[in-house]
Amino acid sequence: MGRYTIRRLLQMIPVIIGTTFLIYAMVWALPGDPFAGKCGDKPCPATYIAEMNEKFNLQDPLPIQYGKYLVNLLQGNFGESFSGRPVWDEIAQAFPVTFRLALIAIVIEIIIGIGAGILAALNRGGFLDNLVLISTLIVISIPVFVIGFLAQFTFGIKLGWFPPTVGPDATVYELILPAFVLASLSLAYVARLMRGNLTENLRADYVRTATSKGLSRRRVIGRHAVRNSLIPVVTFIGADFGALLGGAIVTEGIFNIRGIGGLLYLSIRTREGATVVGVVTVLVLVFLLVNLLVDILYGAIDPRIRYE
Amino acid sequence: MSDPNASMAAAAPETVEKETYLGSELPPAPGKDRSRSLWSDAWRELRSSKIFIISAVLIVFFLIMTFFPQLMTFGKSPTTCDLTLSRQAPSSEAWFGYDNNGCDVYTRTIYGAKASILVGVFATLFTMFLGGFIGVIAGFFGGWVDSILSRVTDIFFAIPLLLGGILVLTSFPSGEDTNLYTEVAKVVLALGILGWTSMTRIMRSSVIQVRNADFVQAARALGAKNSRIIKQHVVPNSLAPLIVLATISLGGYIGAEATLSFLGLGLQPPVISWGTMINDAQPYIRVAPFMLFFPALFLSIAVLSFIMLGDAVREALDPKLR
Repeated sequence: MGRYTIRRLLQMIPVIIGTTFLIYAMVWALPGDPFAGKCGDKPCPATYIAEMNEKFNLQDPLPIQYGKYLVNLLQGNFGESFSGRPVWDEIAQAFPVTFRLALIAIVIEIIIGIGAGILAALNRGGFLDNLVLISTLIVISIPVFVIGFLAQFTFGIKLGWFPPTVGPDATVYELILPAFVLASLSLAYVARLMRGNLTENLRADYVRTATSKGLSRRRVIGRHAVRNSLIPVVTFIGADFGALLGGAIVTEGIFNIRGIGGLLYLSIRTREGATVVGVVTVLVLVFLLVNLLVDILYGAIDPRIRYE
Repeated sequence: MSDPNASMAAAAPETVEKETYLGSELPPAPGKDRSRSLWSDAWRELRSSKIFIISAVLIVFFLIMTFFPQLMTFGKSPTTCDLTLSRQAPSSEAWFGYDNNGCDVYTRTIYGAKASILVGVFATLFTMFLGGFIGVIAGFFGGWVDSILSRVTDIFFAIPLLLGGILVLTSFPSGEDTNLYTEVAKVVLALGILGWTSMTRIMRSSVIQVRNADFVQAARALGAKNSRIIKQHVVPNSLAPLIVLATISLGGYIGAEATLSFLGLGLQPPVISWGTMINDAQPYIRVAPFMLFFPALFLSIAVLSFIMLGDAVREALDPKLR
């Protein structure tokens, strides 16, 4: 297990270097003027461009630019936004809010998604099963931002059950509605995945053995079938973290939440290239780490998996 | 899985395109062919599937909107607007109401299909060919070629699609002269740069399953070259999962385009798309929710029909589910 973890960590190094390079290249090296629109409608003065080129090392060839950026990154320096504020400060300020939002979303996903999947599988072909199948299909088809607006309009404005926008404190109560929106897509996938796995496992030999051993139905399902069906679901929830972060941009934009996604949304709108690179880099690193964590935890959930 | 006959294999690329976005125009099954191929089998299966028929009808509907929008708008133009009608609610005059500039929302929704469908189709074709090609090479040759290509795929895979699309589009701000096709190409590129990895992974694994099959070894023993083996035997027999994924992705790309446009990054006005319409409607959600509702409805139905088509194709192509 220890050796496996170390090997996976080492394997991650080239991926991290590759992804940060890719992100960097996509923002700075693609044709297009990084300062377009920074000085209002007229083109920027030459002195401003020269200063900015100097500050962001844009005169150097790409590998050197990237090398300088990486050295800074290793020292925890994510660069400065065009307005001169350290990007890291902005990220550190926004992160706790997004973390709370994502946590609530994952809890919703686990409770409702897995619950709906189990109910559907136990009523295969019945009313509940069809209800889960159809409602998840609809949720999958509607883009997150449409769900967000519908939820904001219905529950925030019309019914007034939840505040339509989130204040600077971002209390748990305020975050429930956005978390539901954020969780909706993954929730649908989790429910479908759980349903599929459980249906398959309920027909498995070990379930028949457990039943013929005289165990109660509750115990057969709870201890044997459900536990085994959870394994792919847990992997999915981990691997889907990226989609959750991507969705957070939209959700936080709609509900005016000052988290990582909201920061990114704002940086895009104001064309803050440096902030965009910094935030996306952090998000991708978190995504990679979570995936690694899930892979390692795999062995803990499923004793059949041994790492050698 | 039977080895498809040569004519079927040669026709494979066309089959791919048609099955991907023209669900209703699959090649007809050869009538009295005794040894039916996987594809003609799948086509028979599809024709009897209710989900397939519903989604195919919807998709044909969207294709008409894409290519002949004037057929459905009763001669109205999406750019004829009257400011005095600004934000008027739906009526018998204008079924979906008027937007902020007094343009007819119904007409614009119909015309908006074009950009969305084009982005979906081209992003799918782009990722399918690029991703499929890399997947075949990695899976067929294995060894160090596979190692290198798989690591490169890992790197691209680590960046979530939406985040990557945002990055590419932030560095490609739209200029003054926005015309539909350059805008569409831009968004297709942004989605394609990161979208191909899932296609590569699925193609690679299905090629690896076929690579050592008896018929491939037989072809090799007969002296066939690698290029011939790949074209005639490996690709036709490992294509099914890719096609399923491509169909489902098409819906996903349409949704992603709308999301990017909604963020103000994807397609830009004056190009009309569902995403830009929703973006325009956003500030008026409290006073004129219909402005947002109708394009969102069309968008969701379009995504839904491609996901349903993908489900139907998967059921038809996966022998395990029969």
